[in-house]
Amino acid sequence: MDVNEVLLPGVGLRYEFTNADGERIGIVARRSGDFEVLTYSDTDPDESRPVFRLTPEEADTVAEILGAPRIAERFADLTKEVPGLSAGQVAVAPSSPYVSRPLGDTRARTRTGASIVAIVRGDDVIASPTPDEVLQPGDVLVVIGTHEGINGVRAIIET
Amino acid sequence: MHTSLALLLELGIILVVLSVLGALARRWSFSPIPLYLLAGLALGEGGIAPVPAAGEFVRASASIGVVLLLLTLGLEFNTAEFSHSLRRHVPSAVLDFVLNATPGAIAGWLLGLSWVGVLALAGATWISSSGIIARLLSDLRRLGNRETPAVLSVLVMEDFAMAVYLPVLAVLASGGTWWQALLGVTIAVGCVAAAFAASHRWGHHVNRWLGHPDSEQLMLRVLGTTLVVAALAELVDVSAAVGAFLVGLTLTGEVAERARAVLAPLRDLFAAAFFLAIGLAVSPTDLLPVLPAAIALAAVGIATKFATGWYAARRDGVALRGRLRAGTALIARGEFSIVIISLAGSASTAIGPVVTAYVLLLATIGPMLMRWSGTWSWITSPRP
Repeated sequence: MDVNEVLLPGVGLRYEFTNADGERIGIVARRSGDFEVLTYSDTDPDESRPVFRLTPEEADTVAEILGAPRIAERFADLTKEVPGLSAGQVAVAPSSPYVSRPLGDTRARTRTGASIVAIVRGDDVIASPTPDEVLQPGDVLVVIGTHEGINGVRAIIET
Repeated sequence: MHTSLALLLELGIILVVLSVLGALARRWSFSPIPLYLLAGLALGEGGIAPVPAAGEFVRASASIGVVLLLLTLGLEFNTAEFSHSLRRHVPSAVLDFVLNATPGAIAGWLLGLSWVGVLALAGATWISSSGIIARLLSDLRRLGNRETPAVLSVLVMEDFAMAVYLPVLAVLASGGTWWQALLGVTIAVGCVAAAFAASHRWGHHVNRWLGHPDSEQLMLRVLGTTLVVAALAELVDVSAAVGAFLVGLTLTGEVAERARAVLAPLRDLFAAAFFLAIGLAVSPTDLLPVLPAAIALAAVGIATKFATGWYAARRDGVALRGRLRAGTALIARGEFSIVIISLAGSASTAIGPVVTAYVLLLATIGPMLMRWSGTWSWITSPRP
């Protein structure tokens, strides 16, 4: 899908795309964190028709509704395709010996065969973290591997 | 305590009146600036309700108002957006300058103003009100329209051009010669460059010091620093407004965003005082004789800004109706035309009434035309 980005100086950004029905849809992301969703009329393609506005909190909720199940679904699909493979989450407790140390120090893949595919840090997700990524207390590691492998990573991080 | 009682009472009544005027303006989604100016006219000497006690305070607040207006303008500024606008809309900005500054300069010359007066009037007719226009674009739900980036690009470049224009005007107005003005501009441009380099290199230090997590600390630090820099700028005749603008430019990223949020209510209050003070300084009896000149200038100003918007939108490949919307969007003049009067020094007594009348007209007519342009459904624009 082609998403066109347009800079609105002093205001924010506008994203535009055409959906499967051929409707042109625009989303204005304002610097203030507010969003505006709009469509374009057929008679004047330059003129937008407002659909609705979202405050930052509302936008977060909509993003969760639209995004969260999809991400979970994708992980489920992935692990279903390969028998024996599963996904797990390992939290980095403040007491963990690897807090403030790079991910590479855990040598998790070498020792367990399981891969750390993402780090969830607060609202951010660090996808495919490099071995240099420094772990912070409260990070959640998304691990893919066998059950034993995931438990192995948990044991490494927790002890 | 007698004076303080009068001050409190007058100030309180003024603020209540302003809030009513502001609410009325928002109700019909046009700018409150002309109403504030009218309130100032009514309250000043020769007006219907003079306010001797609060007048003094309003005038003192006005200078803080200018500083805050320019500081927030600097805070809005974003290098990426500027360079983007620069890539696409330099011809629009040049056309904007030539078409809109020339009528002011010619009018100044015809009115027999001094050099400084001519320069100030040219600036006042040139610069659109980014405050009024950005707000209206949002209120009229036009941010999604295809002509909007062109309009905003022109505004960004006008605002940046003020960084060069205001120091020239300030130095010339303080009685400097052309080489002093050149020096002033060099200093200002040097400061802008230094501010950019500094914000690039050490910006995180400045930002870290100013960007205290506590909102109160953030407000006090940013405001305090800005006022000190503004005073220093005034000391070297580059004008406090320019100094504040530079501070705004230096702050970037998250700190700029938070500073904008905490300073917004302060800016609204002091900017209102500033518009009042401009109204106070002009006597209604001075306004009548200049009215024909202001109307003529406003008529030309509408036509030239319309042409600018039309051209800028056409560059972005926008069709007929969008060009009409862009043309009408740029017409509103406001806060910066008024800032220019306050910087014009001795020439300001001559241009004050003309520019006040001019802004009164265009800050009212501009938004009206802009609203109205959206309803021109009889104009159809076939796509090429």
